[in-house]
Amino acid sequence: MAEFLQHCANAMILGGTYALLGIGLTLIFGIMRVVNFTHGELYTFGAYMAFMLAGLFAFNFFVSLVLAALLGVALGALIERVLLRPLRGADIDTTMLVMIGAGIALQASEQLVWGGVAKSVPNPFPTAPLTIGPVSIGPIRLFVLGVAVLLLIAFYGLINRTRLGMAMRATFQDPDTAALMGVNIRVMYTMTFALGSGLAAIAGALLGPIFIVYPTMGDLVALKAFAIVILGGLGNIPGAVIGGFVLAFVEEFGAGYVSSGYRDAMGFLLIIAVLIVRPRGLFAAKERIG
Amino acid sequence: MTQQLLPWLFLAFMATLPLWMTDLYVLHVLVSTGIFIIGAMSLNLLLGYTGQLSLGHIAFFGIGAYTSALLSLGFDLDLGGAEPFVVGPQPVWIAFTGGVLMAAAFGGLIGKLAFRVRGAYFVIVTISFAQVMRMVALNWVDLTEGPMALTGIPPLSVWLPGEGVIGLYDKLSNYLLVLGVAVVCYVVIRHLVDSRVGRAMVALRENEPLARSVGIDVTRYLVIATVIAAGMAGAAGGLYAHYVRIVDPDVFLFIYTVTMVIMVITGGKGTLAGPIVGGLLFGALPEVLREVARPEVQWIVYGIAMIVIVFFLPQGIVPAAGRLWERLRPRRPAPGGTALRAGKETSA
Amino acid sequence: MSAAPAPVPVSAPASAPAPVALDVREVAVHFSGLVAIASMSFRVPEGEIVSLIGPNGAGKTTAFNVITGFLKPTRGTVLCGGSDLTRLTPERIAALGVVRTFQRTSIFAGCTVLENVLTGLHRRGRTETLAALLRLPGVRAETQRLRATAAEILAFVGLAHRDGELAANLSYGEQRLLGIAIALAADPRLLLLDEPAAGLNPSETEAFMGVVRGIRDRGVTVLLVEHDMRMVMTISDRVVVLNHGRIIAEGRPEAVQSDPEVIRAYLGQGVRHAQG
Repeated sequence: MAEFLQHCANAMILGGTYALLGIGLTLIFGIMRVVNFTHGELYTFGAYMAFMLAGLFAFNFFVSLVLAALLGVALGALIERVLLRPLRGADIDTTMLVMIGAGIALQASEQLVWGGVAKSVPNPFPTAPLTIGPVSIGPIRLFVLGVAVLLLIAFYGLINRTRLGMAMRATFQDPDTAALMGVNIRVMYTMTFALGSGLAAIAGALLGPIFIVYPTMGDLVALKAFAIVILGGLGNIPGAVIGGFVLAFVEEFGAGYVSSGYRDAMGFLLIIAVLIVRPRGLFAAKERIG
Repeated sequence: MTQQLLPWLFLAFMATLPLWMTDLYVLHVLVSTGIFIIGAMSLNLLLGYTGQLSLGHIAFFGIGAYTSALLSLGFDLDLGGAEPFVVGPQPVWIAFTGGVLMAAAFGGLIGKLAFRVRGAYFVIVTISFAQVMRMVALNWVDLTEGPMALTGIPPLSVWLPGEGVIGLYDKLSNYLLVLGVAVVCYVVIRHLVDSRVGRAMVALRENEPLARSVGIDVTRYLVIATVIAAGMAGAAGGLYAHYVRIVDPDVFLFIYTVTMVIMVITGGKGTLAGPIVGGLLFGALPEVLREVARPEVQWIVYGIAMIVIVFFLPQGIVPAAGRLWERLRPRRPAPGGTALRAGKETSA
Repeated sequence: MSAAPAPVPVSAPASAPAPVALDVREVAVHFSGLVAIASMSFRVPEGEIVSLIGPNGAGKTTAFNVITGFLKPTRGTVLCGGSDLTRLTPERIAALGVVRTFQRTSIFAGCTVLENVLTGLHRRGRTETLAALLRLPGVRAETQRLRATAAEILAFVGLAHRDGELAANLSYGEQRLLGIAIALAADPRLLLLDEPAAGLNPSETEAFMGVVRGIRDRGVTVLLVEHDMRMVMTISDRVVVLNHGRIIAEGRPEAVQSDPEVIRAYLGQGVRHAQG
């Protein structure tokens, strides 16, 4: 029982960051129809920025988090302006290939700048775990979960309560009609990509002190983000949150009770299984035929 | 006329190349590039002719490599029963064939899946498939040795009159072997795409509802295409395993699929020569860059090259060169479609 | 025959004595609560040109999608020569000789005109994968035979001189003709044409009508959805009028034209002429 609760706690913490990664990716796909292969690199970028600011420049950790997220937003906006805006209207395979190219270049750049040796971000919290009943959790992990939940709530508010969110939802439904209603689609696309990238970057920055930071850390994360998004249905934001937690629980319990070696395979097996049963994801939004 | 001669001239050049090119390092680069070109040609059948973007193609390569390696080394499987299931070392060509068949069987599964799971979902399923394969190779240590890799894989062999069966250890014979397999794959693809079967595949790419409305069973032809493509990728994997004689889980890395995709797109998807041209280019590029740049910079160049090609040469080099050629020769416009151009047999 | 339509019963479709090429029985289609077709029944007698008309959104293309298996109806059956088409996939339906064209893209744009028709001839070929891979002797002979047939079909629709051209490079009118040629290649007994004349100029439409009549005279039954009323009234042997997913009139062109309910349906939407 104690072991079970411990797994649940671990899965909740992991699920929070997975959800952050998932909503960013699904938002970009839902609105822009772009399968974003730079998502994992933005996550890595966020982690390195946290390392640079908090580790090298000895900034306050919390300030570093905010700055890393903002830098992620800026990099995302740049990628959208330079690579995706000229390709608007291109088919999904074309943008996918460009994003793969961009992902390769970004990862190699990170390797070039930071070298292959893993870095670690200083942990601002005490390392002694907090013990709550039978469960023990490092304070940093609790902080990560808290921030993730706060961000998820803030994101929900942004999408459902603000003018920007309304414009995004309108664009999501039907870009042409949204444009007629006065939504600036170009700006909306840039904002979407920047926001999604910012979420990936802050997820990387948040996990920096827990895991180590290295250039290819985004590879597996990106693939997992795809898994999360597929579970929830491409373009389905609540689905991505649920998908994030589902994946975390499956990984945690799969690793705990089945085989830890296959921990990272769980997500992919889950995707394959889900798509065989429901070819459009668990909570697929209705798509137009054609 | 020239277009018909070109493949023969190219083959003659490649076949006689070792006569004057004796640098072993160059031969080694050509062998590895050739193996990748076979992979790229097989990917082209899916990506270029049926129009399905599969980003897990390296999985078939890896399955071919592991199966062929394991069969030639022998293995025992503990399936929970009292007696483990033991397979002794098999002759290399039987092992190689086993690798091709195993990869083709997985190709059939993926092909069936492709019609349930479409577009971006299919892309992600194929990536996941390759990842799961990598995890299996890493973790099923009893079978695959995990990260320690399978080592001591015997080379492929030939029987020569007077000399008996000899193992192909050296670069030159491996070069000729890879060239031979590549030619077989090229001919197979060429025959296929210029046939009723190939037209059904192209119809799926061009206009799926219309294809179905004229009675083409698109699912069936997509499965056929994935089986053949996967089998060829498996053959490339087998060549690789018996050439480098060590196989580790990294053969399943996503970056290798990406390399094949770049080769196909750069050369021109849906053309016979495309993967060869793109493959030679991207096989040579790292070697050229190696002299002047660090590996990271090479990869940056790779990534940027991919973007630049998609932006400025979306059809690839071969169709662009074809158009240039026709513009330079102001004769009567030669009839010939992009889709099946290189496979045409019409005697003009 | 083509100039003066044979006398067919004006009123009840059920009394048609001629063999029936297509029998649509009480088909209903609902899209997540919305009714696209309420209940539709009509028959297409063999060897005739029958037009399905109605204002925009009346459910004509939906009816085509149901007949050719691209859409499963909520209720009802579609019968053709004793087979229930509603249970079959589009490719199986095509194999029974029911072939359609599409409103927008009815060609393989990236292939040449000849390749387009060769692709349409798929069902008339026998070459399978292994034979193709090995180039067995029969393959070449079959290719020759299919090429000859393709040339014949292209000559019939008047595109013989364009056979080497990329389909995407054809003019709009030529692309419509190529669409018909592909459908003809599939050897139809019943051909369904979805707004084939949309966007054609008057002289192209005239030529097009000749082609459609020629198809009927080859013994192929034609079911036509078309907005060009002049074309419909000129070439149809029988007209079925659909409005709001219901059939409101059926019979010979002259009879339908003067039907008060038909006039009301069209006036309600503003009189539409050609060019949708």
